[in-house]
Amino acid sequence: MSVVLYDIPGPRARLRNRAIGVAAALAIVALIWYVIDRFYDTGQFEYIKWAQFEFRSVQLELLNGLLATLKAFGLGAVLALLFGAIFATGRLSDHLYFRAPSNIVVELFRAIPLLILMFLFYYGSRQLGYGIPALWAVVLGLTLYNGSVLAEIFRAGILAVARGQSEAAYAIGLRKTQVMTLVLLPQAVRSMLPSIVSQMVVLLKDTALGFIITYPELLYVGRQIGNRLAFGVPQVPVLLVVATVYIAMCALLSWFAHWLERRMREGARKKGIPVVEIATDEVTGVVQAGPTGIAAAK
Amino acid sequence: MLSFWETLTKNSDLFIPGFLSTIYLFIIAAIGSLVLGTALAAMRVSPVPAMRAFGASYVNVIRNTPLTLVFVFLVFATPKLDVAFPSTFGQNGFFTIAYSALTIYTSAFVCEVVRSGVNTVSPGQSEAARAIGMTFGQVLGLIVMPQAFRAIVPPLSSVMIALLKNTTIAGGFSVLESAAIRQNISERGGDQIHTILWTLIFFLILITPLVALQRAMERRWAVSR
Repeated sequence: MSVVLYDIPGPRARLRNRAIGVAAALAIVALIWYVIDRFYDTGQFEYIKWAQFEFRSVQLELLNGLLATLKAFGLGAVLALLFGAIFATGRLSDHLYFRAPSNIVVELFRAIPLLILMFLFYYGSRQLGYGIPALWAVVLGLTLYNGSVLAEIFRAGILAVARGQSEAAYAIGLRKTQVMTLVLLPQAVRSMLPSIVSQMVVLLKDTALGFIITYPELLYVGRQIGNRLAFGVPQVPVLLVVATVYIAMCALLSWFAHWLERRMREGARKKGIPVVEIATDEVTGVVQAGPTGIAAAK
Repeated sequence: MLSFWETLTKNSDLFIPGFLSTIYLFIIAAIGSLVLGTALAAMRVSPVPAMRAFGASYVNVIRNTPLTLVFVFLVFATPKLDVAFPSTFGQNGFFTIAYSALTIYTSAFVCEVVRSGVNTVSPGQSEAARAIGMTFGQVLGLIVMPQAFRAIVPPLSSVMIALLKNTTIAGGFSVLESAAIRQNISERGGDQIHTILWTLIFFLILITPLVALQRAMERRWAVSR
């Protein structure tokens, strides 16, 4: 915490804080107790509701669901990175006839709800008689939305490299492509990496939207397993398992993004390089860049 | 082109309540998540370790959970736990579930925005406030929050734009809002592509001014500290 909002507590404040702490802890315990009580009363801990997980076929079902999620994630990530790179280049172009359409595409796909985009591909293609598979409806939606956000991250990263860098590069006679690939990009990638990984977390979470257009990913499979009457309709246990898997995967990626960020900042401090930090909003992908780290580097 | 227009006019009995319900969902969940998110942020900066721990774990769990999963849990798992969502605001229980899910999810992001906004205020400000004898509540309410405000509002408006887009997920869970219009019209034998395009236009109309407002605020408040 960078802001110290309160003094080191004295004896009276310590006593008061302890009282509030005990009350808060009791409230939290009561909440947890209520949840466990609900689970217990409705028999969520009974053997039969968890018995399915012992079957190899059920384990395979879950695994296939996970693989389907990862497949959509992998394809979506690769295509979104490509899409982002292309449209970031377009937006940075000196030519209006490249820049204007790129601007429109990026702004448009960031404003459209992802689910509506997936509907357009899935149901729209069916109405036209093509029938895109659900996987590709998901992947295309993920690509267009996250690709647009990534395009903004790339653009912000390039623009945030100190002006002197590109001026010096032009001064020694490099061409625009060379300035971009030899001077700007290598410096920008470092600062963009945490934001890119954070955007991957968003992409991974959004694969779950496939559930709504019946793409058999992890959540969809979990719901099917949870509907089995012979096992007492174990919705709650199955969803707990599925949620754990999602949270673990996303937390791992988030942690990786934080680690990259920390490493970048510390590495720069050691060498005394000013770092350009890009902050992306995890929900909307609004990108802000600004030179920081100079102060930290002193 | 005529039939495109007709899809809207002939099905206005679906489009109008659908679009309205999207706007209601947005407003209710926005207010809910602002209140809950600010409360969580207050917990995360408080001197009480138990509250800090609760706030931090809430944010970390919810931020790494897909919103669709929150919806699935509230719609399919809570009835198994004998927890029923009452009908509120003159709508059915699914509507209650929808704004609850949106509130639970969005408040984690609101919390982070508020907290990082508080962190942008320089420590000297709160130190000076404490030196003249202000309490924790006074420091936060009179000194820190008013200054944090301009660092909070632009990112907060992006969280709200995301919330508006996320309301579409409710359409997959028995709430008649804009994303659910498509299914109803397809059951009538209407044109789905036209319906989806109208929904798209509706969102562009709602979101464009919000984005413009947000950009304007960002420019206006992009003051260096």
